[in-house]
Amino acid sequence: MDLTIALILLQDGILNGAIYALLGLALVLVFVVTRVILIPQGEFVTFGALSLAFLANGRVPGTAHLLVLMGVLVCLAEAVSCWRARQWRGYGSTLGWALVLPLVLEALAPLAAGPDVPLVLRVLFALALVVPMGPMIYRLVYQPVEQASVLVLLIVSVAVHFALTGLGLLFFGAEGWRTPALVEGTVQIGPVAWTAQTFAVLATCAVLIGGLWLFFSRTLYGSALRATAVNRRGARLVGISTRVAGSLTFTLAAAIGALSGMLIAAITTIYYDTGFLIGLKGFVAAIFGGLVSYPAAAAGALFVGVLEAFSSFWASPFKEAIVFTLIIPVLLWRSFGSVHLDEED
Amino acid sequence: MRPRHALMILIPILALLPWIPGVPAFWITQMNYIGLYSLVVLGLVLLTGVGGLTSFGQSAFVGLGAYTTAWLTTAGGMSPWLGLLAGLLLTCLVAYALGAITLRLSGHYLPLCTLAWCLALYYLYGNLDFLGRYDGIAGIPPLSLGGWSLGTGPRMYLLIWLFLLLALWATHNLLDSRAGRAIRALRSGSMAESFGVDLAHYKVVVFVYAALLGCVSGWLYAHMQRAVSPSPFGLGYGIEYLFMAVVGGSGSVWGAVAGAAAILIVKDQLQNVLPGLVGTTANLEMLAFGVLMILVLQFARDGLWPVFARVWRQLGGRAETDGHDPARLAAAPELPRRPASNAGDLVLEVDRVRKEFGGLVAVNDISFRLRAGEIMGLIGPNGAGKSTTFNLISGVAPLSGGAVRFLGDRIDGLPAREIARRGMARSFQHVQLLPDMSVLENVALGAHLRSRAGVMAAALRLDRNAEASLLREAARQIERVGLGDVIDQPAGSLPLGRQRIVEIARALCCDPILLLLDEPAAGLRYQEKQALAAVLDQLRREGMSLLLVEHDMDFVMNLTDHLLVMDFGTMLAEGVPADIQRNPAVLEAYLGGLDDDWDEPAHGPVPADHSDPGEPGRPAGRAAGAVQPGGAS
Repeated sequence: MDLTIALILLQDGILNGAIYALLGLALVLVFVVTRVILIPQGEFVTFGALSLAFLANGRVPGTAHLLVLMGVLVCLAEAVSCWRARQWRGYGSTLGWALVLPLVLEALAPLAAGPDVPLVLRVLFALALVVPMGPMIYRLVYQPVEQASVLVLLIVSVAVHFALTGLGLLFFGAEGWRTPALVEGTVQIGPVAWTAQTFAVLATCAVLIGGLWLFFSRTLYGSALRATAVNRRGARLVGISTRVAGSLTFTLAAAIGALSGMLIAAITTIYYDTGFLIGLKGFVAAIFGGLVSYPAAAAGALFVGVLEAFSSFWASPFKEAIVFTLIIPVLLWRSFGSVHLDEED
Repeated sequence: MRPRHALMILIPILALLPWIPGVPAFWITQMNYIGLYSLVVLGLVLLTGVGGLTSFGQSAFVGLGAYTTAWLTTAGGMSPWLGLLAGLLLTCLVAYALGAITLRLSGHYLPLCTLAWCLALYYLYGNLDFLGRYDGIAGIPPLSLGGWSLGTGPRMYLLIWLFLLLALWATHNLLDSRAGRAIRALRSGSMAESFGVDLAHYKVVVFVYAALLGCVSGWLYAHMQRAVSPSPFGLGYGIEYLFMAVVGGSGSVWGAVAGAAAILIVKDQLQNVLPGLVGTTANLEMLAFGVLMILVLQFARDGLWPVFARVWRQLGGRAETDGHDPARLAAAPELPRRPASNAGDLVLEVDRVRKEFGGLVAVNDISFRLRAGEIMGLIGPNGAGKSTTFNLISGVAPLSGGAVRFLGDRIDGLPAREIARRGMARSFQHVQLLPDMSVLENVALGAHLRSRAGVMAAALRLDRNAEASLLREAARQIERVGLGDVIDQPAGSLPLGRQRIVEIARALCCDPILLLLDEPAAGLRYQEKQALAAVLDQLRREGMSLLLVEHDMDFVMNLTDHLLVMDFGTMLAEGVPADIQRNPAVLEAYLGGLDDDWDEPAHGPVPADHSDPGEPGRPAGRAAGAVQPGGAS
């Protein structure tokens, strides 16, 4: 191996690492606020990437119809709980975001898939299709079992992953897709040409991470989420709705997942089930931070990305085995370092 | 009709199933798979349902069993039975190593870890040359026993179900034993450590046990299919096994069979029905499967087996037993007892023990001595540090400073189970019983250290005499504390006050020299308190030492030989009850500052009819410190 190869591998590693960092952040966020380990995070990646790929190829992605279906189910579920509580206030807004919005998007989808639509608009449209699924999944799946133990929530997550992967296969088929690069061109640094896409990805990650930091430190909703993360019951006592908090975090997680998918799909071919492995690696990164620390998760993500790149060079077939075996010493190190807390049941 | 009668009808039907006319061959294939899956799920029922340790990685052990025999019988030309032996050995080693490393992970880390190693092993199977990479290994010989081939469908079916029934029997036996009680206590945190149960050991035991069941299933699978490839040992199957355990109801061994059967049949039906229903060729079963899984978890989190059990009872079926058999217990030999210590011997010496939680000094240099045949009371307002002192003495919480000597030896720094072994038993301020277990079983957990019957003996039912002795001792202590009428009821069904008494019986089952009781009389009625006081007094006369934390002043003043009053972690006063009642510092702590013009009452601070002050008043302005640090142990 010479320096050039090492630099190319490093570039790959940093690129993937940045994506894993974003996903890791989203996983940490969802876990601390809702106690859900969001295995289906990877499906948001897939849905985002493949929705964009379909639009770019002039086809209406199935996610447009899925969003309508989920919206109808959310409206029904809300109607049942409103009817039980004899309290219909707020149902109008539910109808707005869960029924009208998806219908409008579905109607607009053929336009977005038309020729000569700028890529940026397509990205935004694909985001609009996938992001509302976050809160919808929260409402349909997790909110009814919000009091369950971390373990039950974890198994539920696995089930959601199954269901969404099945839907992915249904909508996007078994073949792989790529999206057009957001930015064309290369930049020569030293002996290696870095693609502009790399910088686009890194810049997007930096902006997102900065944005999240501002959101959490400067806004009321951000503070509410942090409060919920520290103490759910305490947050409820001071009037923070843990449901709103959960809904909000799932929105953020879906947005981060979908965007990551669109970023990475220009570099890697995405299949209907690729998201799972990408999500799991984000997850290995998140575990570096013990599922609570954001900077540690980001550092872990870069490490996972670089390790993956180098092991794919040296021991390509064992790349995945190496990355996932890595989790065991990391977990051990975390468990030595952390104070033992009995799990709430 | 009892379950065993139903089983007697069921087993012959199962055995003759392939030869019943009209039974399609496909059913037998399906039954084979149900049997293979049930074996793995049974391990999960024990691991996850009973032990509370979630694993997504069981399929990796199935793969280990399958690949070991596949490689040894094809490349090595060995007998499949040697393959089984080697597989079991290898699984044992791998599971032991993985378990020793990962089982110390708390909460959700363990399931994540299992997820990771399952993926890692899957990629290993798929990339190692000598295991045939993703193509796997073909040409595995069929099983045979003394020249009699087991390769044909019906014979393989019989073999699989024989293994399954044996595994069910052994697991059922295991749960109903000394080791089983320890395993069932795994979920309840560190409580069982105080009765000498080495929880870390039992975690590894159930983990290896579950892995071995997976290995057997893999071995059977390899010789049934005659070929192996990595795909059936991937994460997807690991998740499916766990889901089967959840759907079946992971509290019962039969839940494993119910879960495996339900999922396999539903999946099969989905494969048949869905394509026609939706009119596409796309593979929709994963979607339907995921949705079903979510619905089950939302609406029937306990799984199917409890539903079956309810129907069984409604149809007039009875439980397997009506509880314990007093005659059998009476015939069992008594457990050996510790020699009683001589009255007046020094039993416990607490020397300036200290506990700090950050800046808060919860226990500030407390010292006292306790002799054999003495009852000492530890009193003080809420938050005084009494329960923390208990936890320091019994090894539940580590000391920040000072020393504890028990029978002359230093015990601070020792694990709780070692302290229990030396003859110290305790009850907890917040009752820590296993609510689903009967009173008898809960109490028998206390006698864990007085028998050596192990896991193997339990699984093979070789432990019945030792078990009867344990239960006899438990029953004796239950009678002694006056709970004989509820001996077979679930402990969780008792009122809180009586649950505390169950804890005392459990502690007595340790045959202790020193008994620590944390608020034993709370929640009891007057007569029950009288009876409890009589029991404790009797124990003292037998030479036992007792240390009590108690708020009921009547109870404490009449019973104890010696009192120590704590407030804000420090010792306020020490002496015989009569002196304590007149001690001005104690009066101030309990009743607040006395006005100068108010004469001190002549008969002590607590009126005789005020039997349970609960939370004594505190001086205003000091209440902010009244949080009870670590009181919950």
